[in-house]
Amino acid sequence: MGEKLKSTVAKVGLPRIIIVAFFISLWFAAAGLGLDLVQLFSDCLKRWGMFGVLVLAMVPAVQCGIGLNFGITMGIVGGLLGGLVVVEFKLSAIPSIVAVSPLLAQWVGILIAIAIGIVLATGIGWLYGLLLNRVKGSEMTVTTYVGFSIIAFMNIMWTVLPFKSGVLIYPNAGEGLRNTISLADDYSGVVSNTLAIHPEGSSLNIPTGLILFVLFVCLLVWLFMRSKTGIAMSAAGANPQFAKASGINVNKMRLIGTTLSTVLAAVGILLYAQGFGFIQLYNGPMMMGFNCVAAVLIGGATPKRARISHVLVGTFLFQGLLVIALPVANQIIPEGNLSEVMRMIIANGIILYALVQNKGGDSRD
Amino acid sequence: MDSTRYVLRMKNITKEYSGNQVLKGIDLEVHPGEIHALMGENGAGKSTLMNILFGMPVIHSTGGFGGTVEIDGQSVTIDTPQKALELGIGMVHQEFMLIPGFTVTENIKLGREISHPNALSRVFGKSMETLDMEAMTRDARKALDTIGLQVEDYVRVAGLPVGYMQFIEIAREIDKTGIRLLVFDEPTAVLTESEADRLLEAMRVIASQDIAIIFITHRLDEVMAVADSTTVLRDGEFVAYRAIRDTSAAEIAELMVGRRVEKLVDEREDHRQLRDDDIAVQIRNYTVDMPGELVKGLDLDIRRGEIFGIGGLAGQGKLGIPNGIMGLYEATGDVTILGKKLDLHKLGEALRNDVAFVSEDRRGVGLLLEESIEQNIIFSAMQVKNKFLRTFGWIRLLDSAAAHAHAREMVQQLDIRCTGISQPAGRLSGGNQQKVCLARALTLDPKVLFVSEPTRGIDIGAKKLVLELLSKLNREQGMTIIVVSSELVELRSVCDRIAIVTDGRVSSILKPDDSDADFGLAMSGKKGGGKRG
Repeated sequence: MGEKLKSTVAKVGLPRIIIVAFFISLWFAAAGLGLDLVQLFSDCLKRWGMFGVLVLAMVPAVQCGIGLNFGITMGIVGGLLGGLVVVEFKLSAIPSIVAVSPLLAQWVGILIAIAIGIVLATGIGWLYGLLLNRVKGSEMTVTTYVGFSIIAFMNIMWTVLPFKSGVLIYPNAGEGLRNTISLADDYSGVVSNTLAIHPEGSSLNIPTGLILFVLFVCLLVWLFMRSKTGIAMSAAGANPQFAKASGINVNKMRLIGTTLSTVLAAVGILLYAQGFGFIQLYNGPMMMGFNCVAAVLIGGATPKRARISHVLVGTFLFQGLLVIALPVANQIIPEGNLSEVMRMIIANGIILYALVQNKGGDSRD
Repeated sequence: MDSTRYVLRMKNITKEYSGNQVLKGIDLEVHPGEIHALMGENGAGKSTLMNILFGMPVIHSTGGFGGTVEIDGQSVTIDTPQKALELGIGMVHQEFMLIPGFTVTENIKLGREISHPNALSRVFGKSMETLDMEAMTRDARKALDTIGLQVEDYVRVAGLPVGYMQFIEIAREIDKTGIRLLVFDEPTAVLTESEADRLLEAMRVIASQDIAIIFITHRLDEVMAVADSTTVLRDGEFVAYRAIRDTSAAEIAELMVGRRVEKLVDEREDHRQLRDDDIAVQIRNYTVDMPGELVKGLDLDIRRGEIFGIGGLAGQGKLGIPNGIMGLYEATGDVTILGKKLDLHKLGEALRNDVAFVSEDRRGVGLLLEESIEQNIIFSAMQVKNKFLRTFGWIRLLDSAAAHAHAREMVQQLDIRCTGISQPAGRLSGGNQQKVCLARALTLDPKVLFVSEPTRGIDIGAKKLVLELLSKLNREQGMTIIVVSSELVELRSVCDRIAIVTDGRVSSILKPDDSDADFGLAMSGKKGGGKRG
């Protein structure tokens, strides 16, 4: 029995067990404090959908061999630009389409934003991949710094880019883009609200459209990972020499993986923004990489191997934890932002744990 | 050697890993000053037994073991590697554990430095004491002299030949005071023949100082040459204890595999017609920049349908030949495969021209250790020949059904011992891993197959199977096979002709039945040692 328990613990992983236990105990605490559990559950689902694709961006990165991609901010920037262009030109409210259906117009808007984001992220990701091919062995450090650097660089760019729309730039003849841009008149909640299940008088709100969208993107990535190129990419990540002996260009596979990761980040940030209702610029997305890395690690990924199931489980646990922790903490300790502190502890703690567990890619033990 | 006392007695040792009985009542007895060979095929349980002897955590984290261990007649519990060290048990590792930037002396004395107190150490404790380099050098010298290694004690380990590193490892072990039992785990696997001979000599010297040796090896000739007695294991069971003077290599081999081994390969019908003008692989002015195995302007013609051997001492460049053709290392020159000239700078060029390769570095190049057997078998053929794929519009997806079926067929055909095709390749024994590598190469349906060190580190049973398979492929499918190996016996038992490579060039091409003297001469680099076959 003890033996069996041990092997189960080893299989599921100690941090996951602790986090699941903590997660469940928070639910009980929430119930005890008389919080609206249905509301909390709805929030969990919403956050899960909002972060799903961003976290999914870790899968191709890890599988192609660059490891945990702290630099998804590279792709996020592409996605944000796409989102801004749509707001600038009011592409989510094209009159002839609004006349047919306002929801359809919003969908057109966000799909244009995604398309622009994908194009930009492909270019950025390719260059980013070229960089990572030159720093083999220390990708994790480099991605972290590149992720921060692009934020600093864009902090300059956001103030000088020639956007004109009053919604975007600071009011009263100010210069530069605003810190937080409301999407209320654009595509706020378009994916989340599509097909949403929101019974009258109940606090239940299931963002069906968002969940379906995330699962659809997961399906695409899953198909890619089973394709000839996807399998070659995974092999190049697992054992570059092996891949080379089978005639595979390892650097090319890393470029593909990095680009795909960056593109997913661009799509992911737009899903996030529409769910949130705002685009956050400047330092807003700075820690996105860390949250996504932490989520996929909680789900069971390692710096060497990540699956889509890790993404789905990890995102739900990590985001769910934050959703319930905030109201529970506020009830217990009314002052301070304990939830933010907890997010930092969990995110950084799980990253540290995963890095400690990493045995340098050898499973001989 | 004192045959009334036992330095080590392990009695009725049993061990199971999650319900799988891997040791079934093993006895092992070693006298002081004896060289005792522990023999068995891969997977026979040698490593597990040694892990028990050293109190490795892998044993104790999986429920411990059954049976008793006695050291010098005292029953002991060895539950940590430190305990084993305290009891005077040492291990010479197969992979070297030396610090390249340190000198020979520093490596030997690492962790057991001799030091004097000084002012600083009186305040900050023992770790600040001054090193007594003179005394340390003396000790190191003594240990080196014992095993007869003529290396200066002040040179750095980095850059020394592999053989020397092995000796420094041994020197470090025998320098430990109170050492009474040394385990050599396949120490000659990485050595050249002359180095191996020196090592065996050193083992005799160590044994003469009343230190017992447990010698784990696959090489029967070494056992016959140096050991006093042997214990043979098979499938986790104790098979036999023999004094070497009462037995023969043939008997030990038989005990190990449980069936008679007469020749490495049985004769089979030969309907081949080899013609000197029908060349499968033509190599001209060929160089390969493979570190440690440089090829320097080599010419070679390999006839279609023959089994061609490439031999030679380690470091002379024989391994560079296939690695260059497969594009793993920078290569120049003209290589023509079945009339098609290869562009050596294009990755995968050889694979696309019906050439397959089984690498000598199984774990590093040959396998995806964490992936399934199935994935390992189908991978190259999928990537190179687009097999096992189904096309949906513009995307080509893995055809699982076809892949499963093929992997199962290969597992059955090559008798790969596994729990199923989804078992990770890294969990298999060496011989079975080699079969997976071969299965992958065969899945490519090659016309020309390069096999590099096909039997390195695998047991006799698997060795025979692998060589038989090569011979069968050659005779039945007309596959041209090039075997690169450091074991001459193996080359001479399967090949039609054998090229001996010295200093990056072919020194001569011999027939398998040419005399030992001819081979010796060719290996030593003298031209004209034999006639063309």
